[in-house]
Amino acid sequence: MSPRPRAVVVGASAGGMEALALVLGALEADFPLPVLVVQHISPAAATAIPELLDERCRIRVKEADEKETPRPGTAYLAPPNYHLLVERDATLSLSTEGRVCFARPSVDVLFETAALAFGPALVGVVLTGGNEDGSRGLAAIARAGGRTIVQAPATAVAPEMPRAALAATRADHVLPPEDIGPLLSRMAQDDD
Amino acid sequence: MRTDTEEPTPAPGAPPDNGADVVDIEVDCLLEAVFRRWGYDFRDYSRAHVRRRLLHRMDMAGMGNVAEMMHRALTDREFFGSLLAALSINVTEMFRDPPFYRALREEIVPRLRTWPFVKIWHAGCATGEEVYSMAIVLREAGLEGRARIYATDFNPEALRRAKDGIYPLEAMRNYTRNYQAAGGEGSFADHYTARYDSALLDRSLRANIVFSEHNLVTDGVFGEMHLIFCRNVLIYFNAQLQARVLDLFHDSLCPGGFLCLGTKESMQFSGHPQAFEQVLAGQKIFRRRLAPGAAREDEP
Repeated sequence: MSPRPRAVVVGASAGGMEALALVLGALEADFPLPVLVVQHISPAAATAIPELLDERCRIRVKEADEKETPRPGTAYLAPPNYHLLVERDATLSLSTEGRVCFARPSVDVLFETAALAFGPALVGVVLTGGNEDGSRGLAAIARAGGRTIVQAPATAVAPEMPRAALAATRADHVLPPEDIGPLLSRMAQDDD
Repeated sequence: MRTDTEEPTPAPGAPPDNGADVVDIEVDCLLEAVFRRWGYDFRDYSRAHVRRRLLHRMDMAGMGNVAEMMHRALTDREFFGSLLAALSINVTEMFRDPPFYRALREEIVPRLRTWPFVKIWHAGCATGEEVYSMAIVLREAGLEGRARIYATDFNPEALRRAKDGIYPLEAMRNYTRNYQAAGGEGSFADHYTARYDSALLDRSLRANIVFSEHNLVTDGVFGEMHLIFCRNVLIYFNAQLQARVLDLFHDSLCPGGFLCLGTKESMQFSGHPQAFEQVLAGQKIFRRRLAPGAAREDEP
């Protein structure tokens, strides 16, 4: 039995915009948890992403700021060219340290620091992507007792990232993206 | 490989904000030890980042726990040097964030011309890529004879590389793109010479640059600057340390001088935010206010 989650973390790469729009778009405006998101993207192309998602979602979507305290009903996207980290006190940090899994932001960096901050009270979601980022992080979430969701590889534009996550750890749920949002809403409400 | 979360997991029902995490306690002790032994103070750095970097270094060294690493850090100068390198961020680029450099060229350089001589401080310059970017901007603006750049970092190894001004040739393609996107109208290739797989920046760019060790956490004011760059350093500091360093910058700037921060940095933790005004919407360029009255108001 995991305790009631305090946060959701989501990692996505190639094909991630559509998958994110499906997952985040299914959440009601009063979704009771913060959602922290890493989407790989080239720095030049990235600035409009939070706005684009915000238009398609009922929850608020914004770019993460350093030292920010994440609020319910809000999704925080890692800024282009910065890693997004979670501190022990659940505030957000940014860093420009080297790439992890060839990526900055890296899903692993977010997931591993979030697993330390939230322990078992965390849900990790790995979506479509063409690399292995997120697999170590999802394993860290599982080890800390948190819940794990992986997009069904057959439904992913790029199945490598979900496959790598499934190879690295147990997944509590393997689902098409349209079913992930409703599951998150249920998880946020009950104690397991 | 040992990883970060293979700690004893908290007992079921323990509060999620688990203050008894063993690695956190060990990291606290290590930072305290490093400060007392060597004078480098990382205690007010963002902890998630420091912990990741230290545990990564520990894995690289094949050590089993932080306490073992602490003993080495206390007794082995060379190993301590490697910890210092692990904790310093040397990820940088020439003309990093081109819209910032475009704003610098178009909006700030014309105002620099109004001073007879310009002193510029790159605080936390790492391996120097942004220092040489500024030297190129000054040269192309015809200002290099009227300017001096002070480039400082706490990491002596990074500073040595900054002095050398030798970068991987493969990086130059990206730097050329940055230079052009930042409004560079000359030929970027005029500023370096290719040697095998390295690019040697034009030695004469260094004529007006002074490199020296300076630690923002423990060292003092660096006086009477007209322009200070400190980009992507404050994000590693907690709120109190950010406030201290922003005060240090305020006291190091002459009235009307400019402070340039990183894209995601702000004045939010400054004790005297009213002492600065943002120069341009969308760019983290701030100006120390001229009016002496404004400066007096914020003092008790």
